[in-house]
Amino acid sequence: MIHDFLVVWSERGLLLSGLANTTILSVLSAIMALALGIILVPGLMSKRKAIAAAMRFFVDGMRCVPFLLFAYIVYYGLPSLGLRFDNWSSGLLALTIYNAAYMAEILRGAWVAQPREPIEAGSAFGFSDFLLFRRIILPPLLLNVSPIIGNQMIQIIKDSAFLTIIALPELTHAASSIQSRHYVPFAAFISAVLLYWGLCLLVEAGVSVVGRVAEARR
Amino acid sequence: MSLNDVLAILQGALATVTLSAIGILIGLPIGLGLALIRWARVPVLSGIVAVYVSVLRATPLVTLLLLLFFALPNIGIPLGPISAAILALTMNTSAFNCEVWRSSLVNFPKDQYEAAQSFGMQAGQRFRRIILPQIIHDSLPGLVNEMSLLIKVTPVLAVVGVVDITRAAVRIGAQTYEPLPPFLVAVAIYAPIVYALVALQRFIEKRRAAAEAST
Repeated sequence: MIHDFLVVWSERGLLLSGLANTTILSVLSAIMALALGIILVPGLMSKRKAIAAAMRFFVDGMRCVPFLLFAYIVYYGLPSLGLRFDNWSSGLLALTIYNAAYMAEILRGAWVAQPREPIEAGSAFGFSDFLLFRRIILPPLLLNVSPIIGNQMIQIIKDSAFLTIIALPELTHAASSIQSRHYVPFAAFISAVLLYWGLCLLVEAGVSVVGRVAEARR
Repeated sequence: MSLNDVLAILQGALATVTLSAIGILIGLPIGLGLALIRWARVPVLSGIVAVYVSVLRATPLVTLLLLLFFALPNIGIPLGPISAAILALTMNTSAFNCEVWRSSLVNFPKDQYEAAQSFGMQAGQRFRRIILPQIIHDSLPGLVNEMSLLIKVTPVLAVVGVVDITRAAVRIGAQTYEPLPPFLVAVAIYAPIVYALVALQRFIEKRRAAAEAST
């Protein structure tokens, strides 16, 4: 058994590059998904029924589709419509669009729970809708949702492992290559599991730091 | 894509639903058991469970599945794709269920527990008659939510060769050189299943809120 772990250690470069790719993929897509969520959420809260309904359809629809199927559609399905991406772009695109729906829903939940007074005060001061959203609604929203965004971040890290099926060299893919090259399945995958665990603990630690900042600002 | 292909995907759906149901049915009581170990602060075991839950909640199902599928036969435990799938689903969902059960246990009103004690109820009786019915009620929305999350990760089972919805769709896509239609059929099967669970969860929560408002 120790020998197996030594084999994995000798391949640490591969495993660490997998870890780096998982991190890059998760962080990039989380940032883009959050940005997209911020753009989508005013639509979700729109007073115009058609816009709100279209947004709701997108958000609910995404949340009912398994991520792996969505990734398959982006990578294997879209080329038959003439849209061809390599595995990195497909992976990033799939992770981003899929999670944007979750981010939008998270933001909407917090928006509904926000006190009405500052928003009404803002509009009484003649803030335009855009200014109102950017200056009054969004900042406390982002601080309030940070724990839930943290959970979603963990979800994104775990979803990124599915991208191993489109041969994206992330952490699970790296562990698979080590296992198939040296036949050390236990050591290879346990190492990957522990690295995932470390990543998630890191995210949780980050969330508690942001939580303390939010508490201090209150 | 022919009618036969659609039927093949539907047959895959049967496998997906059966495996998910088995995972859920085994995962629910195991999750409760784990939650009880932590709640009762059983020495040593409680710490082990805490680490188990923390690690499993951070582990992607693909990674867990590959670990079980390749590593267990390696240490002399023969394991087919179906057993690996059930084991992985059960381990995954029991960890999440444990947290749902545990939060209702932690929030369980102490006075009721003490009242039962002062009536001379045995520990087992207290649990069965007083605690269990109420924590089932409390945990239900969280558990249903967990079920919908579980269904959404089941396409992973195709990776080790379980012929589920996804594998059937991939195979048809490869045969017909048109991957998009079978994937859309697969989505059309998945979405209503997940949506039904999400709607069930919303329905329970709404009914609870209405019942609370009327009292």
